[in-house]
Amino acid sequence: MSSGALSEDEVRHVATLARLALDDAEITALTPQLAAILSYAEQVGEVAADDVEPMTHPLGLIDVYRDDVRTPGLSADDVLAAAPDPQVGRFGVPRIVEEGA
Amino acid sequence: MTTPWLDGYELVVGLEVHVELTTQTKMWCGCATTFGDEPNTNVCPVCSGQPGALPVPNRQAVHDATLLGLALGGSISPRCRFHRKNYFYPDLAKNYQISQYDVPLVLDGRLEVEVERDGELVTEVVGIERLHMEEDTGKSLHLGATGRLHGADRSAIDYNRSGVPLLEIVSHPDIRDPETAQAYLRELQAIVRTLGVSDARMEEGSMRCDANVSVRRPGAELGTRCEIKNLNSVRSLGRAIRFEALRQVQVLEDGGAIVMETRHWDEEAGVTRTLRRKETVTDYRYFPDPDLVEMTTTPEAVERVRAELPELPAVTRARLAATGVPRAQAATILAGGMLTLLDDAVAAGAAAPAVANWLAGEVTGHVSAGDATLEGTGLTGAHLAELVAMVDEGALSSTMAKQVLAGVFESAGTKGPRAVAAEGGLEQIGDDAALGAVIDEVVAANADTVAAVRGGNEKAIGALVGQVMRATQGRADPKRTNELLQRAIAAADG
Repeated sequence: MSSGALSEDEVRHVATLARLALDDAEITALTPQLAAILSYAEQVGEVAADDVEPMTHPLGLIDVYRDDVRTPGLSADDVLAAAPDPQVGRFGVPRIVEEGA
Repeated sequence: MTTPWLDGYELVVGLEVHVELTTQTKMWCGCATTFGDEPNTNVCPVCSGQPGALPVPNRQAVHDATLLGLALGGSISPRCRFHRKNYFYPDLAKNYQISQYDVPLVLDGRLEVEVERDGELVTEVVGIERLHMEEDTGKSLHLGATGRLHGADRSAIDYNRSGVPLLEIVSHPDIRDPETAQAYLRELQAIVRTLGVSDARMEEGSMRCDANVSVRRPGAELGTRCEIKNLNSVRSLGRAIRFEALRQVQVLEDGGAIVMETRHWDEEAGVTRTLRRKETVTDYRYFPDPDLVEMTTTPEAVERVRAELPELPAVTRARLAATGVPRAQAATILAGGMLTLLDDAVAAGAAAPAVANWLAGEVTGHVSAGDATLEGTGLTGAHLAELVAMVDEGALSSTMAKQVLAGVFESAGTKGPRAVAAEGGLEQIGDDAALGAVIDEVVAANADTVAAVRGGNEKAIGALVGQVMRATQGRADPKRTNELLQRAIAAADG
């Protein structure tokens, strides 16, 4: 996605994926702002040369593992403390699957 | 090539199989992976997606994934990494699943499966595109009037399963019939169990399978595929593929087009139904997970893991076939985890077919009948070898041998067959004099039957053999009894 070509439809699409309900005025306001952010990030492209390996981690670490040993977690009460609608020891949520025609 | 039952079309299937690893702890944290615990009791800040919690990969899970990759003939990526697969779904606490994307741990495997076609065993090769590591999601319970997916008005999430190490094995679309798909799934299950990396129980969800199904005219480009979910058994897989292929052909024949979508298999109704339209790949907005670092595997490390590979099921089957064990029995023994017992009994001097017969018959029957487990029987290879030897020596009739084996089970393996037989007086009467005494009594007490035999009704002797068997509680050798009876009747005649 290039900033020059960022369209309102693309912003709408990204908003849908992020589950953000934006009205047309907000889309119009946000499109140039997002374009500006993208073009700022694209400055990296000016210094990234072909001879530089893409970096996925700033520390240069590799192969960090843990052994397969149990460690204590949280109590079910603590886990569910943040649940807005506990249901039979679980997190109650709106019906998950929309079953179509 | 057209599929015979598809009216000029060819079926094309690829499978995505998910396998939960049986590590002690989850993929990124030290929470237990136990199946069936109280909901939300194996949960910590990492697997419940709390801000700032950091994942650290489980070394054992990476090892197990490597082992399976090698068993499937794949190559291990020297460097690979984890990506975030972003989507909103309540069973995913972080709003992304940590998975692998551009470079999976394993590439280019293959699986040879045996399929029975027109009474002949045919070998089919199914290519494996990749095996990658990821994490399982939480488990949803659908609340509502029916308690099923359809019609549920509320869902509830248990995060115990969230973060359990999960492998996804993606086949190439090389499969051309439901039978090959089923054989592939069964073979993968056998391999995973042989390696001991997963219990691969489809009914508990530790092995799950999605099928990508499409149809095309022979030689044409691949048709639009539908992904079928909720396949909870090998049988469902076969039924669902068959239904879906026929449905797609019907749509095309009616002039319609196949829509790329995810469909749900309804086992009861025997149909697939639209679940959701497929999100495109870019919608997941994969990007490297900055919380995790690259994993590297040296050729030396790969060889160390390869050296751990046990005998794989295909090799075992060939070996058993060569020793005269029937194919069906070999399959039962492998599926029941009884190979070690067989090998031990053979090492103790018994003939493989005789031992296999016991394992696939009585032992399997005992274990599958009740609550008994194979371990709980205490049965050893030495016990089996002893039992087979006693039958061979003529010390036990086959009926008595079954009772002796039941006695071994009853003692939980603390008593061997010889001890059980001696204590219970179950040994066959090998002594003609002892047997002769019983026979004389039976002949004397059944004058009518004896007369019938003498009158030419040879079949009537069977009733007398039965009387002798009853009188000896089955300890008589039926063949010898028959001979002695004939002699006794002839002697009484003269």
